[in-house]
Amino acid sequence: MKNSLDENKPIFLQIKEQLEDSIMNDSIQAGERVPSTNEFAAFYKINPATAAKGINELVNEAILVKRRGVGMFVTEDAKEILIEKRRKTFYENYMLPLKNEARKLRIGEKELLEMVEREEPVDEN
Amino acid sequence: MKIEVKQLSKGYRGKTALNNVSFTLEEPKIYGLLGRNGAGKTTFMDILSGNITATSGEILIDGENPFDNQRLTESICLIKEGNNFPKDLKVKNVLKIFSYFYPTWDQQLADELIEEYNLVPNAKVKQLSKGMESALGVIVGMASKAPVTIFDEPYIGLDAAARKKFYELLLEEYEAEKRTIIFSTHLIDEVSLLFEEVLILQEGSLVLKEEADRLRDHCYAVSGTIEKVEAFISGKTVIKKKQLAGMMTAYLYGGWTEAREIGLQVEGVPIQDLMIYLTERKKEA
Repeated sequence: MKNSLDENKPIFLQIKEQLEDSIMNDSIQAGERVPSTNEFAAFYKINPATAAKGINELVNEAILVKRRGVGMFVTEDAKEILIEKRRKTFYENYMLPLKNEARKLRIGEKELLEMVEREEPVDEN
Repeated sequence: MKIEVKQLSKGYRGKTALNNVSFTLEEPKIYGLLGRNGAGKTTFMDILSGNITATSGEILIDGENPFDNQRLTESICLIKEGNNFPKDLKVKNVLKIFSYFYPTWDQQLADELIEEYNLVPNAKVKQLSKGMESALGVIVGMASKAPVTIFDEPYIGLDAAARKKFYELLLEEYEAEKRTIIFSTHLIDEVSLLFEEVLILQEGSLVLKEEADRLRDHCYAVSGTIEKVEAFISGKTVIKKKQLAGMMTAYLYGGWTEAREIGLQVEGVPIQDLMIYLTERKKEA
């Protein structure tokens, strides 16, 4: 959980991304309840309607499901849906900036590939 | 309550405070009313609460004019930055008077807050420090539970901890019961996360009314080499631009995916900065 939100970015998006990250790294698992709109609002001192917007988008994407009177829960397929979604944007979010920077630093394709293949400790996050 | 502002103008001795302002607030939300000193915020709030009349145009609350309209004034609570209460009254009597005035008054909340803010019920208003007097304003505003509650810089003299308490309280109350809260302040950075919608007044005119999160999404800064940025912004409405060492940053309003695709750096702009740039631009023009 981040300590504070970034003022430069839509707040609902940050709430959404935070929940997505928690699901991705298994800190919230399928079937578990996620914090409510009001819990988010109280924690970050944000407008509850804004928090609700982020949560509702996840409901629309079938990552969360609403159980009336109980709260919001992570769906069984949530992680798979997220992986699928992130794979789609992986190229533009990670590869493109990487290649741009490599070009500026005159790192050739071969050198880049060598780096990709280099072994290193696995980052749990 | 629905608030309709129609071609509202107000002049004081030849000076225009509000110039043909029109907008509608449909739903109970937390609205941020922003603008520089003298932009017309206080005048607007005074007309809205029925304290003064407009020179021309009108404000309708649920279809009625608030001026001299008791049914409506019971539903509106305006807390200003000072002099909200007669100096010779005791704190407990201030609360008593307001409890008679507002049918929605919450005495339990008032009592809790008096304790929370450490106010002495038997102290007179004139004996209170600036911060204490502001706290009393906050207490009355919150406990009134008025369907339209307006805070105009309510916290002169309140320290950071007391202001934080106020924000928490505002959210708590708003969550428990939706009401229209109009909040005017210069401490934008502190409160902009509370706003659902933002209105910016500049020299008596409304220059912006937008959902707060939409602003954070649509208002952005692009940075890159001067040629690249110049090429990107040509033909677009630029709020402000600045340059240093061959690099340029321009602030724009609209979609930004294109900018990122051509390799410009894209960042969001905090509402406080947007307010400053927007109101600066008008002056230069």
